[in-house]
Amino acid sequence: MLDFSMTPGAFGFEAWQSRWSILSGVGVTVASSGLTIVIATVLGILFGIALSYGWWWLRLAIRLYVDVMRGIPVLVLILFTYYGLALFGINVPAFWAGVIALSGFATAHIAETLRGAVQSVPQGQMEAGKAIGLRFAQRLRYVILPQAVRRMLPPWVNTCLEIVKGTTLLSVIGVVELLLASQQIMARNYLIVDFYLLATLLYLIINFAIAQIGGVLERRFSYLRY
Amino acid sequence: MSDQPLLRAQGVRKSFGSVEVLKGIDLEVRQGQVVSLIGASGSGKTTFLRCVNLLEEHDAGDILLDGEPIGYRVENGRRRRLSETRVSAQRARIGMVFQQFNLFPHLTAEENVMLGLTKVLGKGKAEAREIAGHWLGRVGLEARRAHYPYQLSGGQQQRVAIARAVAMEPRLLLFDEVTSALDPELVAEVLGVMQQLAGSGMTMLVVSHEMLFVRDVSHHVVFMDGGRVAQAGPPAEVFDRPDSDRLRGFLGRFHGMFGGVRH
Repeated sequence: MLDFSMTPGAFGFEAWQSRWSILSGVGVTVASSGLTIVIATVLGILFGIALSYGWWWLRLAIRLYVDVMRGIPVLVLILFTYYGLALFGINVPAFWAGVIALSGFATAHIAETLRGAVQSVPQGQMEAGKAIGLRFAQRLRYVILPQAVRRMLPPWVNTCLEIVKGTTLLSVIGVVELLLASQQIMARNYLIVDFYLLATLLYLIINFAIAQIGGVLERRFSYLRY
Repeated sequence: MSDQPLLRAQGVRKSFGSVEVLKGIDLEVRQGQVVSLIGASGSGKTTFLRCVNLLEEHDAGDILLDGEPIGYRVENGRRRRLSETRVSAQRARIGMVFQQFNLFPHLTAEENVMLGLTKVLGKGKAEAREIAGHWLGRVGLEARRAHYPYQLSGGQQQRVAIARAVAMEPRLLLFDEVTSALDPELVAEVLGVMQQLAGSGMTMLVVSHEMLFVRDVSHHVVFMDGGRVAQAGPPAEVFDRPDSDRLRGFLGRFHGMFGGVRH
């Protein structure tokens, strides 16, 4: 196991041989995670604001969306977006089907997280904003959201890590991300443990990087103390 | 127009559910006056103050600022709620200082003061910074302009909050028990700033339990009891000739603070 020599059949040699497949897998994992994180964060914040301040029918609709999305296994969501939509004549490429399904799921989480963060901002903040004459949108933008987003950071990092791990499920619909790329390599050289270990290490590195970015953001916004 | 009061409340009523908190408040504040509301907890002082700044909506009666009704307009004999933009514009003419300071924790002292100047009054950054500096200087905090609220003491935070409210050049400034959340040794610095503001001719409506301050600074004192104005008049009259047992009882709790003034 983990023979680093450069002879055929050894891990070192096989890993070097398959370097482009692995890198491409990493690329697909990073791209699908990154896109999902961006889409889910933007939509999640909008949905979270609507959950906090929307008209009752909008709140109800989004509440329903959030509860349904949280209640369905992500894998089922992915399969539905890929195969289910095809039944209705909507053909979505596997990569995008995956991104859409993961985004739909993560949006629900982030919306709920933001709602909680908004509600944890003391009522007096909204009132202080009113008292100096800020309009609703201004109070939201300059007073409430900066504080809510800071409070949202730790659970948001959690969701981002879940998204990265969730991209492994895209292998089921044939997206050659890091896991499927590794499995394809194993099918050629039978170095199963070695390449699972390599994939594990690469996932750890990606997620460690995200956690570090989260840490940097938290320190950047460390002014928020009471 | 000099005899038109800056603020006039007529028959203001407000209920929370089935509890009527304000049972018809009549009150006037004239330009340059300091009017203080005193009374026990639950007498409706704070609720009235919040109605004036539209943090609560009154159910009946009128609150007129410069003769203009606050919170609604009359159309074909019916009251219609004002739009968010109009309400915000009315609020901008009334400043408010809160018991819990409510500074924006993500902004420095200077930015706290600047926010309304730039976003509501549309002033440029440089001008807003200059005004903020001026008012932070007036409350003795010029050196703290770059500090975040958590780096300031309670008294300093409240002074920043006062600067934030005054910098908007409001027609009327509301103070809602602004020293109640402060450590005793920090109360004086905040009252000092308020006294200085009163001296400069700022029109102020003050809810306070600081009876010495109320007696010394107010032009007019209003004693509220059970959602009504029970007695109102110049401080000398209210403090020295209370005309009800309730007021005597209320003032009695502050016994000893007034030396020989009270009976």
